[in-house]
Amino acid sequence: MTEEQHKKTRIFTVIVVLSNVLGNSFLSRGMRGVGELLSLSPLPYIQALFNPWVALGASLLVLWLLSHMALLSWADLSYVLPVTAIGYVLVALTARVFLHEHVSPWRWAGIGLIVAGVMLVSRTAAITTAKPSGDAA
Amino acid sequence: MTKWGLVGLIVLATSAGEVLQSMGMKHNGEIHDFRPGALRSLAARLVQNRYIIASVLAMAVSFFAFMALVSVAELSFAVPVTASSIILETVLAKYLLKETIGWKRGAGALLVACGVALLSL
Repeated sequence: MTEEQHKKTRIFTVIVVLSNVLGNSFLSRGMRGVGELLSLSPLPYIQALFNPWVALGASLLVLWLLSHMALLSWADLSYVLPVTAIGYVLVALTARVFLHEHVSPWRWAGIGLIVAGVMLVSRTAAITTAKPSGDAA
Repeated sequence: MTKWGLVGLIVLATSAGEVLQSMGMKHNGEIHDFRPGALRSLAARLVQNRYIIASVLAMAVSFFAFMALVSVAELSFAVPVTASSIILETVLAKYLLKETIGWKRGAGALLVACGVALLSL
């Protein structure tokens, strides 16, 4: 992997993780105000998007989708998934600090395992398949 | 739909969406140029890429199912439990995307999956 790919991988991993964590947190915060949503009709979901927290969360998740797509243009999916899993740790911390949810000792143990897994996978090459032949922007 | 029904739907839609996204982006090629003009022409190409179109549809299903899930469950449950898609996606990456899953990557994915399982307790 080239130095340019190393640098891009680090930058885009940070964007993917932060947009996902903040997007999910804002979405969850907004959905608490909207109330239970188990309908098969699309209307309540569209109405929920007008809640400012839900709209902010959805916008950040669009950023997540775009940065995730960019990262996958050069990195393996089996590399991106575990490395960006550090976001689950941040979600647990966000849920504890900002949403006042309880984080049990089991969850802290889970956080430790995720960190160990991320460290292990981040020591592998980001790409193991043949170099793409496309001439993308 | 029940809470666990939503979890199943999210896992399946996310796995399909991310595998298709990886196929579409690899088919398109690595992004080198992030200037606005180059990104516009990239977007024009991607909206015609059938893998990307199918991926966005699958991710939309996943997104709306996730909205429903966080309306009935805590975020610290919803996020880790839906991350069980990591195992399915790693298997699909090996067999569909032909990625090399060495011992470090395999063990790392397994540690992450076990950690995610503990987070959902």
